Amino acid sequence: MRVELRQIHKSFGAVHANDGISLTVPAGTIQGILGENGAGKTTLMKILSGFQRADRGEIWLDGRPAHIRSPQDTGALGIGMLHQDPLDVPAMRVLDNFLLGREGGWRPQRKQARSVLQELAERFGFALDPEAYVEALTVGERQQLELLRLLWLGARVLILDEPTTGISALQKDALFASLRKLSEDGRTIIFVSHKLEDVENLCHRVAVLRRGQLVGEASPPYDTDRLVEMMFGRVVSLGSRLAGQAGKHVIGLEDIVIEDRRMTIGPVSLHAAQHEVIGLAGMEGSGQQSLLRSCAGLIRPVHGRLRLAGEDVLGRSYRDFRRRGVAFMPAARLEEGLIPGLDLTEHFELTQPQAGFLIRRQEAHHRTVTQIDAFKIRGTPASPVEALSGGNQQRTLLALVGEDLSLLLLEHPTRGLDIESVVWIWEKLKERCRGGTAIVFVSSDLDEILHYSDRIHVFFGGRVSPSLDARTTTVEQLGQLIGGKGWPETRV
Amino acid sequence: MKRAPSLSGPALRIGAMLLALLFTTGILLIAGAPPLEAYRQIVIGSLGSVKKITDVLVAWAPLVLATSGLLLTFAAGLWNIGIEGQITLGAIFATGALRLTLESGLPPAVAIGAAILAGILGGGFWALLAGLLKAYGGVNEIFGGLGLNFVAVALNVWLIFGPWGRPGVASMSGTEPFPDSLSLPALAGLRLSPWAVLLAVAGFALVFFLLQGTYFGLRLKAVGKNPRAALLLGIPTTRYVLLAFVLCGGLAGAAGAVQVTAVYHRLIPAISSGYGYLGLMVAMLVNYQPTWMPVVAFFFAALNIGSIQLPIVLKLDSSLAGVLQGALVLFVLAVEGFRQRLRRPEARVTE
Repeated sequence: MRVELRQIHKSFGAVHANDGISLTVPAGTIQGILGENGAGKTTLMKILSGFQRADRGEIWLDGRPAHIRSPQDTGALGIGMLHQDPLDVPAMRVLDNFLLGREGGWRPQRKQARSVLQELAERFGFALDPEAYVEALTVGERQQLELLRLLWLGARVLILDEPTTGISALQKDALFASLRKLSEDGRTIIFVSHKLEDVENLCHRVAVLRRGQLVGEASPPYDTDRLVEMMFGRVVSLGSRLAGQAGKHVIGLEDIVIEDRRMTIGPVSLHAAQHEVIGLAGMEGSGQQSLLRSCAGLIRPVHGRLRLAGEDVLGRSYRDFRRRGVAFMPAARLEEGLIPGLDLTEHFELTQPQAGFLIRRQEAHHRTVTQIDAFKIRGTPASPVEALSGGNQQRTLLALVGEDLSLLLLEHPTRGLDIESVVWIWEKLKERCRGGTAIVFVSSDLDEILHYSDRIHVFFGGRVSPSLDARTTTVEQLGQLIGGKGWPETRV
Repeated sequence: MKRAPSLSGPALRIGAMLLALLFTTGILLIAGAPPLEAYRQIVIGSLGSVKKITDVLVAWAPLVLATSGLLLTFAAGLWNIGIEGQITLGAIFATGALRLTLESGLPPAVAIGAAILAGILGGGFWALLAGLLKAYGGVNEIFGGLGLNFVAVALNVWLIFGPWGRPGVASMSGTEPFPDSLSLPALAGLRLSPWAVLLAVAGFALVFFLLQGTYFGLRLKAVGKNPRAALLLGIPTTRYVLLAFVLCGGLAGAAGAVQVTAVYHRLIPAISSGYGYLGLMVAMLVNYQPTWMPVVAFFFAALNIGSIQLPIVLKLDSSLAGVLQGALVLFVLAVEGFRQRLRRPEARVTE
C-alpha cells in the first residue's frame, strides 16, 4: 500500500512536534525514519496509526484520502504499529495474546489460531511456544508475537518504532530477514530508529526528521556523515567550557554493571574530579540515565565498586549519598523534581536545612524572594510550580539543590529551554564548578555535551566508551558513536 | 487530589447538591413516600429543639475526630479505609482500660483519662499495622485496611460474646454497661458530654494547625502530592507515611473511646457507628481541606440523627440519610470530574 502524508502538523502546547511534514512511501518499500530524541518521529507514527490526531494535514492511502480517528480505523485500513514497548498482556499466554483484537464471535477459535500462529512463525523462522506466558518472553520474542499478530489481522503497512532496542543480535537478524520478505510481498514497512547502522543495513530509503521538520531524504549508498549532520544540525556556539584544573577525585566507578529493565549496562569505569564536567552522551535509553542514577544511590549496581571521596559506598541509600554532598536533578521536572500543587515558598521551605517545627511565614517569604532574585525565576512566592514555564521550573530546581556540593548529577539540564536560559543555567553550573563541585550530566544535545564537558563518555545499547577529551572530539565522531558506528566488535 | 479551582467551584457544588436532593426525591417518590414530609421530619428531628441539636453534637464529636485523622492521611496521599477498624480498636482498648480500673478503685477521672489514652493507642496501633503492610509488605492501604476492618469487627464480637460477655446472657446488645461514674460527664438531662465536644475541637485544632503551620504538615503534603519528588528532595517518605497512619489511627481511636465513654457506656458490636466511612465521605465533600470540615460533619451528623424518627412517623427506613449522603458525594465528585473533562479536551483524544 502506498502511504502519503501531506502537511502533517501537530503541537503539544508550545512544542511543534510535527511542523508540516510531507512524505510519500511507495508500496513494498522499507522506509527508514531517522532522527534524534524529540525530533517528532514517534508523534508522526502515532498519527499515522491513529493513536493521536493531527492538528492539520491529510493521510492518503493508495491514492485515496483516509479518515483516521482511532487505532480501530487504522486496523481496518490495514495499518499496524509495533510499539516501542510491546502492547501485550504479559499475564496471558502467547496464544491468547495472539487472539486479542481479533473480530468474531464469543468463543475464540483457539484451534484455528494455533495453526495460523505456528504456520506464520515457521515462515519467518520464529520459535514461539503458543502455551508460554508472555511475561516469560524476551523483548525480542514479544516483538515477534506482536508482528505475527498484526500480520494475521491483515496489516499491509507495518510501522516499527525503535524495534531493535533491547533485542539480541540473532533476533535482529531474524527480524530484518522477515521485514525484507514482507516488503517483497508488497507490504510497506516504516522503520523508525535512531540507529544509523540498522537503518543503513535495512532501509530502501531514509527520511530524516529534526525538530518536527523533514530535513532531508537519502537512498543507498548512504553517506553516514551527511546523515549525522542532518540529524543533529550544524553546531552553533553556546559558550565555553570552564576548563579548570581538575582537583581530587570526587566519585570513582570501577567495573560497575547495572541491570536495567531492558539491558545490561557496563562494565563501566569512570571518575569525576573537583572542577570537572563530565558529559554522558547517547540516545535516550542507552544506559546513561541508569548510570547517572546509580551515581546518586538511586539504582543499585549488581557488580563493581563505587567510591565517593575514596570511600566505598556501593549499596548505600540515596539519603546517605545526599549527606555526602551528592545532589541529583531529574529531567522530568514536574514528575520527579517538583511537587505540583505546592508553591515556590513551600518548595524552598521543604529543602530548608535547619527547619524547626513551626513555619515562620515572614522568614520563609524573605528567603523565597531572595532565591527568586538570585535565580531570576519569573514567578512570585505564591506561584504554584506547575504554573511556571519550563525554564523557570529548571531554575527553581537548580535553586533547590543545596550549597556546598561535592557532586552534582544532572539529567538533561537544559532540555526544552530557550538558548538564553541554557546559557544562564550553565553560567550558574560553572560557578559551582569553580567552587569545587564536580558535575556529571546526561544530555542528548551534542552541542551541549561538546561545549560544556571536559570529558565525554558515549553510551550505546548499554556499552560505554572510554573517556574522550571534549576538546579533540568532533560532532561527527560523536554522532557516529551515538548511532552505534565505530565501536570495537567485542560483544554480540 | 487536585486543589479545587476556586471560581466556579461553589456554584457547581450547590448545583451538585441540588442534583443529589433531586435524586433522593426521585427515590422517595418511587418508594411512595411524601418527599417534603420526609425532609421536614429530618429537619425537625435534628434541629427542632435544643435537645435534638445536642443529640446531633453527640454524633458530631466522634465524626469530627475520625475525619480530622483522615485529613492527615489524605494529605499524605493515603486512602485509609482501615479507619473503621481503628475506631473499633480504640473502643476495645478503651473498654479494656475501663475494665482494669473497675477493680483497681482508681478515681473516675483518672480511669476515664486512661481509657481515652488507651483508645488513642489502640487506634494508632491498628493504623500502624496498615502502614507497615503498605510500606514494607507492598500491600495497598485500601486492601490492608479493609482486611484489618474485618479482623477488628471479629475481635470485637468475640470479646463481646466471649471473655467480656455479660455473665450468662452474652448478646448482641453488648457488654455489661459501666457504672455512671465511669462515663464522661454529660450535661444535666442531656446525652451530650461537653468533654467529648472539647476533645473533638482539640483534635480538629491539632490537625488544622499541623497542616497549615508546620514543617511536618508541609512535608506530609509533599509526600502526598508527589512521593517521588519528595524522596528526591530528601524527605524520608516512608517515615511520613507511617506517621500519618499513626496520627490518624490515634484520632480514630479517640473517636472509639468517646463512643464507649460518652455514648454507649459499654462495648457493642457496631461500636464504630460507621463514622469511619462517613468521615471518608465528609473528607471528600470538603475536598480534603480542613476549613469547612466541622460544618459539613455537622450537616452529616444532623442527617443521621434527623432520620432516626423516619421509621416511626413515616414508616420509612432511616437509611434515607445514607442515601442522601452517598448521593451528595457522588454528585459532587461527578460534577467535578465532568468539569475537568470539559476543561481538557486534549487529554481525552490522546489517551
